[in-house]
Amino acid sequence: MTPRQRRITLVVGILAGVSLAGVLALNAFRDNVMFFFDPSQVAAGEAPIEKRFRLGGMVRPGTVDRRAGSLDMSFVVTDFKQDVKVVYTGVVPDLFRENQGVVAHGRLGKDGIFVADEILAKHDENYMPPEVARAVKEKHGGVMPVNPDSAAPPRT
Amino acid sequence: MNWTWFHKFGSPPHIYRIAGTLAPWFGWPAGLLIVAALYAGLVLAPPDYQQGDGFRIIYVHAPSAWLSVMIYGVMASAAAIGLIWRMKVAHAAAASCAGIGAWFTVVSLITGMLWGKPMWGTYWVWDPRLTAQLVLLFLYLGYMGLRSGIDDLARSDRASAVLAIVGVINIPIIRYSVEWWNSIHQAPSVMKMDRPSMPMDMLAPLLMMLLGFTLYFAAVMLVRLRAEILRRERSASWIKEALQ
Repeated sequence: MTPRQRRITLVVGILAGVSLAGVLALNAFRDNVMFFFDPSQVAAGEAPIEKRFRLGGMVRPGTVDRRAGSLDMSFVVTDFKQDVKVVYTGVVPDLFRENQGVVAHGRLGKDGIFVADEILAKHDENYMPPEVARAVKEKHGGVMPVNPDSAAPPRT
Repeated sequence: MNWTWFHKFGSPPHIYRIAGTLAPWFGWPAGLLIVAALYAGLVLAPPDYQQGDGFRIIYVHAPSAWLSVMIYGVMASAAAIGLIWRMKVAHAAAASCAGIGAWFTVVSLITGMLWGKPMWGTYWVWDPRLTAQLVLLFLYLGYMGLRSGIDDLARSDRASAVLAIVGVINIPIIRYSVEWWNSIHQAPSVMKMDRPSMPMDMLAPLLMMLLGFTLYFAAVMLVRLRAEILRRERSASWIKEALQ
């Protein structure tokens, strides 16, 4: 091998070694890298019951219930397969809406109700002007169609 | 086949001259495109149906984030070429990329935080996408630190090139973090195989800005490359002629 070929081998070797290390590390830490669990994972018992974790999914339309005169509220988070009820006291971000992605941080009670102390909204990748959004809504009977994948991407 | 043109790329005086000629040809269009894209994005483009005018920060945020990743690719490729072919000019090119890439990374992080507070409800969360982008900033800073930490130029070139190549692993992690894991960051709207999730009157300013930022990078990188070549060749005889 000429010195140059040796150096090419070195560079390719570094890339291969680092990629392998990366794949192994990311596989090992897969559950720790997960920013949130979706309702199906909660139903399957993959989420820690005793510890705080994040629950993510879509806000099921018609389930947002605000108690008058307080900041108490409850809603249902869904991934269109499983539902989890969430209770929360506080102010929610601007993008918190029905049929929108949401990430709740808190604890799952023994009764299966998730008590959140922080609510984050998750925006989807779609952008459109208001008049286009109106037209899309009219076409779908007054509601914005949702893409279930944008709430919780499939695990690979 | 005549390879003279290729070997000339290894010649500092040649590159110094070419870089000086090309820089304004990238710089001026970059300036015009960025001004036009700012007007188109901030004034002409319609507001978003949910985020209102708040979505307009995408016109700075997304191009900066794309550039921060792209510049890393350019830097690592130049470093690899320098390592394999012992080409000093390639090491100089890699060195002149780092600072620009680091600043684009900072801009993408700050604009993302400013958008995140009203939209998500938080400036920062330790999400895979956000964390990987922060790691990119540390890679740039580490690369620059390593370069300036070693006095011997040849050793400094080689060591920093290896670091740049190792860091390439972070690039696919940034890109696919939102698809491999549950992330609060939205999936790509434009950089995907599918149709962009954005109408043309919103998309056009974004693409103009991306092209503008890319040309800006090319122009600034060439100017910095000239400075880097001058610094490295300060005792060479051609410098006196070039500076007269």
